Amino acid sequence: MKLVVAIVRPDKLNDVLEALFRAEVRGLTITRVQGHGGEMDRVETYRGTTVKMELSEKVRLEIGVSDHFVEPTVGAILAAGRTGTVGDGKIFVLPVEKVYRIRTGEQDQAAVTPVEEVLPA
Amino acid sequence: MNAADTAWMLVSTALVLLMTPALGFFYGGLVRSKNALNTLMMSISALGFVCLAWVVLGYSLAFGPGTPWLGGVSRAFLQGVGLEPQGTIPHLLFMAYQATFAIITAALVSGAIVERMRFSAYLAFITLWSLLVYSPIAHWVWGGGWLGGMGALDFAGGTVVHINAGVAALVAALILGPRKDYARQAILPHNVPFTLLGAGLLWFGWFGFNGGSALAANSSAALAFVNTMLAPAATLCVWTLLDLRRTGKATAVGAATAIVVGLVAVTPAAGFVSPMSAIVLGGVSALPSYFALLWRARTRLDDSLDVVAAHGLGGTMGALLTGILAQKSWNGTADGLLFGNPKQFLIQALAVAVTIVFSGVLTAGLLKLLSFVVPLKVATREEGLGLDVSQHGEEAYARDEGAILILSEFTAESPAPVGVLAGSLKPEGGRA
Repeated sequence: MKLVVAIVRPDKLNDVLEALFRAEVRGLTITRVQGHGGEMDRVETYRGTTVKMELSEKVRLEIGVSDHFVEPTVGAILAAGRTGTVGDGKIFVLPVEKVYRIRTGEQDQAAVTPVEEVLPA
Repeated sequence: MNAADTAWMLVSTALVLLMTPALGFFYGGLVRSKNALNTLMMSISALGFVCLAWVVLGYSLAFGPGTPWLGGVSRAFLQGVGLEPQGTIPHLLFMAYQATFAIITAALVSGAIVERMRFSAYLAFITLWSLLVYSPIAHWVWGGGWLGGMGALDFAGGTVVHINAGVAALVAALILGPRKDYARQAILPHNVPFTLLGAGLLWFGWFGFNGGSALAANSSAALAFVNTMLAPAATLCVWTLLDLRRTGKATAVGAATAIVVGLVAVTPAAGFVSPMSAIVLGGVSALPSYFALLWRARTRLDDSLDVVAAHGLGGTMGALLTGILAQKSWNGTADGLLFGNPKQFLIQALAVAVTIVFSGVLTAGLLKLLSFVVPLKVATREEGLGLDVSQHGEEAYARDEGAILILSEFTAESPAPVGVLAGSLKPEGGRA
């Protein structure tokens, strides 16, 4: 199993989510974050105060996947998150030691395989 | 000259001026947070640019002596506009009151082109629009022009302000084209309380807009004032019931919209119809706008904040219903269709049609010409980033983490923390 951590542009998030769902990657967590990469600083002025904004708004996705899902996951993010200008973000793939599903206690492979929720009748 | 009239018109002028920032909040709440300042600025800047255009030339074109088609230039730069009486109030006050109408009409158009128009192009657009489109129509209806001469009833600006702005909005949305995300992703209001605040302040200001259009503190003003309370109340009730029927939930954005639609609809009718008629007018006017909003969102027409449905349709309903519900026993001027004068309805319909054609053609011409001089739309990349940063260099909800002071008159002597923080993040500061 791997943990895919991706930092993407907020305005590309919907495209990325759409691509991930299309690749049948359904289990994920997102966080709004701020970060700094190679992007040009934005200069903003508030009355007499001029500031360089060094941190840009980004969205961080965390996706736990089984090994054979790493490539489609990364591929979806690469294709959908790209604008071609500096600041598109990064994807990190990390090894994962153990995964538990809290509801059932299932582990590893079983824990990262989504199950269809059955609605009570 | 009458002191009571003057006092009421001074207050009314301030009330109508407040409607423009109120509109900014109404619109500003409906856009995404990255465009909140840009949207508010579209209204706020009209307070400067359109106001001065009005003083320099607009007032003269609208209310100066001239032909039935256009006022002359004899009142340009307020020549001959002094403290002498115009009716029962000082001429200068009449000019200022009318200025507030020109300002809000131009600002209304902005709702159709939010989140994508270059700000400099917008400033040029509304300034020229107020002179080329607003002033002539204001002249036709109120300034001694041919529509007013024919007996078209428009108490406070159903044609001049709302249909005019609605049509200009439609044309502007078509010429600029949709936002890059329109119909591809959900674009949600970022601050619905702002929108409700704006709607509330618009209602408050509208008492000056309609009540003041009597140009006196008299019974006509009282009728317009009360109708301004009743019609939106009826619209709000009908809208809420429609919401409940359709989705089972009464929405807040719907309520804010309903208030504006009701206010728009009663604008041409305010001093001409009975209070009970105003309630009918407000209630009926909810229907076309309600269904137009639902339909519009499924089309490619990115009239982003539904200026056409709220102001274009609401104004049209109001102007036509004025021709049906006007009552001489209340207004002393003319009866409508329902009270035995079908001709009034035809005159109203003609005024509506003429306004639609004139505003549509001139707005299209103006925007096309302007597009040869300056690009109207921001680059796609800037749209993604948001217009607050790309057009104004500010953020509505800025956070100070990572904000590095680079210049300040007051802390220039203590630059030490600047270097430390910047150094920790900049490549030349040791970062690989």
